[in-house]
Amino acid sequence: MKNYLFELKEGLLISLRAIRANKVRAVLTTLGIVIGIASVVLMSTAIKGIDNAFQTGVASLGSDNLYIDKWEWFNNDIPFWQMRNRRNITLADYKRYKELAKLPAASAPTVWSNQTIKYKEHSVEFILVQGTTDKYINTTNLNFSEGRFFNEIESNGGREVCVLGSEVAKKLFPHGGAIDSEVKIKGHKFKVIGVLAEQGSWVMGNFNPDNQAFIPIQNVFKYFQSQNFRSVTFNVRAPNSQTVDAVKEEAVGIMRRVRGLKYNEENDFSINQQEALLKTINQTVGVIQIAGLFITGLSLFVGAIGIMNIMFVSVKERTREIGIRKAIGAKRRSILGQFITESAIICLIGGMIGLVIAIILSLIINQFLPTSVQADAFILAIVISILTGVLSGFAPAYTAAKLDPVEALRYE
Amino acid sequence: MNIINIEHIAKIYQVGSEEVHALRDVSLKIDKNEYVAIMGPSGSGKSTLMNILGCLDTPTKGLYDFKGTNVSQMNDNELAAIRNKEIGFVFQTFNLLPRSDALHNVELPMIYAGVSSSDRKERARLALEHVGLSDRIHHKPNELSGGQRQRVAIARALVTAPAIILADEPTGNLDTKTGEDIMALFNEIYEQGNTIILVTHEEYIAEHAARIIRLRDGLIERDEPVAKRYVPKKNGASKS
Repeated sequence: MKNYLFELKEGLLISLRAIRANKVRAVLTTLGIVIGIASVVLMSTAIKGIDNAFQTGVASLGSDNLYIDKWEWFNNDIPFWQMRNRRNITLADYKRYKELAKLPAASAPTVWSNQTIKYKEHSVEFILVQGTTDKYINTTNLNFSEGRFFNEIESNGGREVCVLGSEVAKKLFPHGGAIDSEVKIKGHKFKVIGVLAEQGSWVMGNFNPDNQAFIPIQNVFKYFQSQNFRSVTFNVRAPNSQTVDAVKEEAVGIMRRVRGLKYNEENDFSINQQEALLKTINQTVGVIQIAGLFITGLSLFVGAIGIMNIMFVSVKERTREIGIRKAIGAKRRSILGQFITESAIICLIGGMIGLVIAIILSLIINQFLPTSVQADAFILAIVISILTGVLSGFAPAYTAAKLDPVEALRYE
Repeated sequence: MNIINIEHIAKIYQVGSEEVHALRDVSLKIDKNEYVAIMGPSGSGKSTLMNILGCLDTPTKGLYDFKGTNVSQMNDNELAAIRNKEIGFVFQTFNLLPRSDALHNVELPMIYAGVSSSDRKERARLALEHVGLSDRIHHKPNELSGGQRQRVAIARALVTAPAIILADEPTGNLDTKTGEDIMALFNEIYEQGNTIILVTHEEYIAEHAARIIRLRDGLIERDEPVAKRYVPKKNGASKS
């Protein structure tokens, strides 16, 4: 053990000497590794950022939630045309479901409409306006930055009140003062009674509550579209994660009854869960991951070939040195170790530079994609660069170790 | 006791389809504290013999007994260990590491022998002092004269206290005066009890030794003591 440590230490010193003697070449050689490590670290960081964003976005849906809808959201098992031909789910369906369902902690019907919302000279277009009831808030994890959700009276009475997502509020009221102001949705006045706290799950796009507005459901039918124009979705929340399956089973039974399906007819509704979304997202992220790491791995591979190439040149150039070392007693192992260590150190230096570059670049990327280089990226960079050095240095080092001392000494 | 005992060794190289007999049948013994010169024209096999004596190469046939150990069948790594411990090389072209200073060059064999860093430095310093270079220890080879380089090489050869010093045309790249100084240093080393094998093709250099082995066509032509050995004046530590 002591012997190996001694050899390792001496090998390190010999390698450092050799690298110092060829500074310019060492720097140029590391360039490939610098780029390779920087891109691997950046890519893995970016992928982690994307994944995190997806996960938090999905989590904001709530893990105990079911969505009873005409459409199957995430699975493509059911053909599109078959879902399109289903009867719309109506508010009347919801009322019967609500009467019959015993298990849910809360449930609310929702129907959406794309509208432009205006306040004085400000206006925001293509806002997903959700019509729902006061119970909606109990099916979500949403918080308020100010105000409140509409209450039962406002909901049942179909009052012209609305709750704005944080982005919508920011655009309409850049200087604040949203509460009690009257905004116009499709020309109709609605009083703002609440503004949601920022959710920040940017990946969810329009599904992000930040970009939505909420009004009592009757108003959607009254002002924007007819009852049958768009199918209603039921947001159903189970009391806890253990009861999700029971709630789902109950919902299937009730919905079949509500929809008047015969025993041999297929369900003409779908019960969606975020679990399915998670599966889809994980698949997507997985594909991005593989593709990204493959591409960056390729650049690292090119860097590794560069190292191997230069190490071969270095061995050739230093044939005489190898001859001298062997003549005065260096064993094969020592020579092998010397060149592998040298290549590992060159790669390690390159890896460190690449890591620094990746950290700087990630600060810039951070402006668009919330991400940061984590501790595991350091370890990743160190391990990968040393490994690259050892692997790409092996063949040249082996050639060096095998040299015949007599011929090596004669080499000019 | 014999340090070197060679019996009927031959070395055959395969060049294409042709066999080249570099050594045909050579037997010799060298005792401790002998000063032997190996002479011969080019193609006589003296380089091959030197490589075998120096454990850089193994004979195709025959036995090589080195300090009671049969080295003729040893593998690369075993030979490296013998070279490291028992043989000090001095080459015509010095063969120093160009980017390392004198001290590190002398340290080198001890690195492979596993001597600790502080011990190494101390011994290397002493060895350099011994060859009269105590004021040049941090000079790189290109900052030293030819004679000084050869002294560094001699210090490197001596530092492990080897059983034999093997010098291959040590004065070949030096002018006559400097060559004389180096030969004086070898004489001094010899008188201190070391065993020296000198390979040369120059008669007047060979006459510094006490015994001359003459090779021709891969065979020993003559092996005899030098009748009138040339002993240089003692000036080992002089400037060269």
